[in-house]
Amino acid sequence: MRKLFVPLTVVTAAMFAYAPVLIAHAAYESTMGLVQKIFYFHVPAWWAMFSGVGICGGASLVYLFKGRPKADALAASAAEVAVLFGLMGLVTGPLWGRKAWGVWWQWDAKLTIALLLELTFVAYLLVRRYGGPGSDKLAAAVGIFGTAVAPFVYEAVNIWRTIHPKTSVVPTLPPGMAGTFWFCVLAFMLLFTLLLTARVQLEYRRVALDELYLRDEDDER
Amino acid sequence: MFLKTALLVLRKDLAIESRSFEILATTLFFAVGCVLVFAFALVKEGQAPPDAAAAILWIALLFAGTLALGRTFERERYGETIRALLLAPAPRPALYVGKLLGVLCLLALTELVLVPLIALLFAAPLFARLGLMLPLLALGTIGFAAVGTLFAAMLMRTRTRDVLLPVLLYPITIPVIIAGVRGTAALLASPPDEPTAIMWLGILLCFDVVFVTLSLWTFEPLMTE
Amino acid sequence: MRRMANGMGTTVARAVVGVLLAIGMTTQAFALQAPAGQEGFVPLDQLPPADQLPAAPLLVTAYAFIWVAVFFYVWTLWRRLGRVERDLAALGRRAPERGRGR
Repeated sequence: MRKLFVPLTVVTAAMFAYAPVLIAHAAYESTMGLVQKIFYFHVPAWWAMFSGVGICGGASLVYLFKGRPKADALAASAAEVAVLFGLMGLVTGPLWGRKAWGVWWQWDAKLTIALLLELTFVAYLLVRRYGGPGSDKLAAAVGIFGTAVAPFVYEAVNIWRTIHPKTSVVPTLPPGMAGTFWFCVLAFMLLFTLLLTARVQLEYRRVALDELYLRDEDDER
Repeated sequence: MFLKTALLVLRKDLAIESRSFEILATTLFFAVGCVLVFAFALVKEGQAPPDAAAAILWIALLFAGTLALGRTFERERYGETIRALLLAPAPRPALYVGKLLGVLCLLALTELVLVPLIALLFAAPLFARLGLMLPLLALGTIGFAAVGTLFAAMLMRTRTRDVLLPVLLYPITIPVIIAGVRGTAALLASPPDEPTAIMWLGILLCFDVVFVTLSLWTFEPLMTE
Repeated sequence: MRRMANGMGTTVARAVVGVLLAIGMTTQAFALQAPAGQEGFVPLDQLPPADQLPAAPLLVTAYAFIWVAVFFYVWTLWRRLGRVERDLAALGRRAPERGRGR
């Protein structure tokens, strides 16, 4: 991964540079018009966010039960990156919805679960920051429970109400849109991986620093 | 051994509480105060908006429950009894179940007061379908208390525990609120919509099973240093 | 890890951020031009041009936000990394016989 980091960064940057070109030439969606083009960044941002949530949940599980510090670093990093991409989704969504549905917000399944997961993982970051000693385990619990509750909220709100396009819109994308869409998905996934890797390296470095400080203190006594 | 430990912990909690009823009394009055605040906020020209009764019941329960959880574990922390509990040669999940049962007793007593009060204040036929209303309340309370007990226990040693408990607990217990309020509202409709209530009951049951198991499973690693 | 430390802390990191910034500037220009590139495709309904205009600011804001968010995050990462590297170096200097931590 180390050796690939710089080449992948260049590839990702190039993909993001090319993406607007692709998006401009993608098939024009007749009902929603120009604003539908937000879709090409909005959906991949959410997929990246859910990947982050899944990784955080899994890493938290491993950290809580196996105690591997690398899992903790991964969980913390994944949560941060997930919150970032979630924020992107939460901002681009209402911008799209304002034009497409006429309202900034609707309490349907996808929106609610998105907001809830974002809040849960912001809470994860808050616990890590303000939880004091032992907050790594607390945060791990938040990560596990947050990820576990997602399907329940989704089902509950789904039954409750829904206005969002059905999930099946992606498999039935017309060829004019499908190519651009998957290109953007790949670009976002690469960006996600790069940011996650960078953040994990930062976390390793930070943990090493903390250990050095502790050792320093012990030696001074 | 497991059940005995859990029941012992429950008995201990009930014994301590029965000396002063401090947590019970204050939680009850807080819940009643909550209901009154909502009544003043929502009632317009003597009429509450539709489904207000269902919403207020569960919100008051949520708020009162959060307080009760915080104070139950505050008592443990203050008396430093949690260390004694953890040192005891008892299975840790049993401690969790014991504390959970204590919290459930507290919340059940709160509901005993809240439900008639809300039925009275909002003219809501909450007793019409007790056969479904009781399981709905029970499962909802269990779901909330299961996650709440775990989080309150693990936050005991944290400095910002008072504010972190709701911050962490509310997003996780959203399915309980949705299912509880929607199910109760279905039962309060005229005529009562029983199939919908049963469906929400099913969702609550799934939630409870999953999250009680998850809490039992994670209690031990969370409580050890 | 050490190779990473040498790489990230200095020229490569700066090059990466520089490349991203440069690309970002040019693509912003590109994206702003994008609405003009509709020729060659016939929409199913002929939408009157007046209908398109209110959408453009929303679209631009959406994309702009994503770019800003990514760059902001990369910047915070870089700043934090710099701080940690500085502290590590300071500790290393204070006890040279101990050498580097990892």
